[in-house]
Amino acid sequence: MKALRELGNYSTLLYQALRSSTEFKTYRKSFFHEMVKIGYDSVPIIMLTGFFTGSVMTIQSAYQLESAFIPLSTIGAIVSESILIELAAVISSLVLAGKVGARIATELGTMRVSEQIDALESMGFNSVSFLVVPRVLAGIMMFPVLYIVACVFGIGGGLLAGLFTGTVPAADFLLGARMYFQPWTVIFGFVKMFVFGFIITSISSYKGYYATGGAEGVGKSTTNATVISCMVVLLADFLLASLLL
Amino acid sequence: MIEIKNLTKSFGDLLVWEDVSFNIQDGETIAIIGKSGCGKSVLIKHINALLVPDSGSVLIDGEDIHKMDYVSKRKLRQKFGVLFQGSALFDSINTFENVAFPLRYFSNQSEEEIRNNVMEALSHVNLEDAYNKETSELSGGMRKRVGLARAIVLKPNYIMYDEPTSGLDPQTSQEINELIIDLAKSLDITSIVVTHDMHSVLKVADKVAFLDQEKLSWHGTVEEMKKSEHKALIDFITASEYQIKQRVEYN
Ligand SMILES: Nc1ncnc2c1ncn2[C@@H]1O[C@H](COP(=O)(O)OP(=O)(O)OP(=O)(O)O)[C@@H](O)[C@H]1O
Ligand SMILES: [Mg+2]
Repeated sequence: MKALRELGNYSTLLYQALRSSTEFKTYRKSFFHEMVKIGYDSVPIIMLTGFFTGSVMTIQSAYQLESAFIPLSTIGAIVSESILIELAAVISSLVLAGKVGARIATELGTMRVSEQIDALESMGFNSVSFLVVPRVLAGIMMFPVLYIVACVFGIGGGLLAGLFTGTVPAADFLLGARMYFQPWTVIFGFVKMFVFGFIITSISSYKGYYATGGAEGVGKSTTNATVISCMVVLLADFLLASLLL
Repeated sequence: MIEIKNLTKSFGDLLVWEDVSFNIQDGETIAIIGKSGCGKSVLIKHINALLVPDSGSVLIDGEDIHKMDYVSKRKLRQKFGVLFQGSALFDSINTFENVAFPLRYFSNQSEEEIRNNVMEALSHVNLEDAYNKETSELSGGMRKRVGLARAIVLKPNYIMYDEPTSGLDPQTSQEINELIIDLAKSLDITSIVVTHDMHSVLKVADKVAFLDQEKLSWHGTVEEMKKSEHKALIDFITASEYQIKQRVEYN
């Protein structure tokens, strides 16, 4: 019952956001600001996440396939394929749900409980267009860009790990990566990130926008925003995989 | 003219007040008084439609703000200046930008005009020197005054003050009271003042609306209030007057 009502409110907010997305003048400034905050500011953490995901993948695959008589290039193929099709998007998004989602929910929640959203509305602003639209738009635009970063550093990390542990020579790794490369996996990754970006920024905006109950309430909506974002990301990942694969 | 008709509001099971009706004439200053938690802030949020009533209507110059589409509602809200109880300053920008905020979006003024208007508004509240302070560096009283400057910068037709003098020292309170009177006279603003402070009611208000027991318990002019026999109203007024007298005796 409560979940249904929440879903209703969430859809209403999205509908309002869609309708007010034409008011570009209102949110232009915060849109560019959000692109920097969601995109540029997340680059370091995405680089790190990607790098370690890739290197761990290589080391583990090398360990598990050690005894089998398979060419070393297979490891390069496994690592780069997994990263492109699944890991870069999902792991980055889970990290970003914590980084970007929590920030958005806290920001909007604080504005809600300190009456700043009321103040915006009372001045005649469309607060949804001012606060929600730029964040969601920046999210769906920057998440795919971050996907590229995650892929580059993920595959790079895998390659370097193979090289430095002496398990997979760079040439074999690259051979495998190239041999099994299919462009559509990248397209699939982009689609996923686009969807995940939307999920995380819109759920967090929703949770923050409707926060109630002071500092404690903001804390609660932030936690909810991250947890629900993560779950919905995983669910969407499953749905997209069964739909598009 | 603002006509509040049979307004009822509850949050879930909690009835805030019901069947509240009164009018506010143009140019007049009305004080909304009542105990903490009786729904004064909730009431003024219905006047510019930040909250939606369970039933009843608020007519502004004959038009029901709660029945308008969002675009006209927003147009109408621009005629209102609001000082929120907690000031509601935008904490991502500094004092000057807070006051300049509505000007930047809703007027076509040049940077210089904006500057002049902001500084004028800040000088009304004695805060010219604080123009480049970050919002987080301001004291509670300063925030209130910046909120006030922001509320008046667009020269609204109506101003709603939610406890403009609470948390201020007596001298600044006095200055704010004078500012409220001043604005009401010089700009012919209709003012709605939510307050606990009977001092400022007697000083600034023409009329008084008293919320008590989940309803509009009494309303009338200040003169009528002084002569009123209404028990709860007398208790409410004398509770604070008693304190004032005590303070005078103590000094
Ligand atoms: N958004 C809300 N959700 C639920 N209850 C609310 C909400 N806003 C206000 N209330 C409740 O409505 C009642 C009236 O609140 P309001 O803030 O209007 O009181 P007030 O008269 O302004 O008090 P004070 O003088 O202390 O500011 C309170 O019981 C409060 O708990
Ligand atoms: Mg209040």
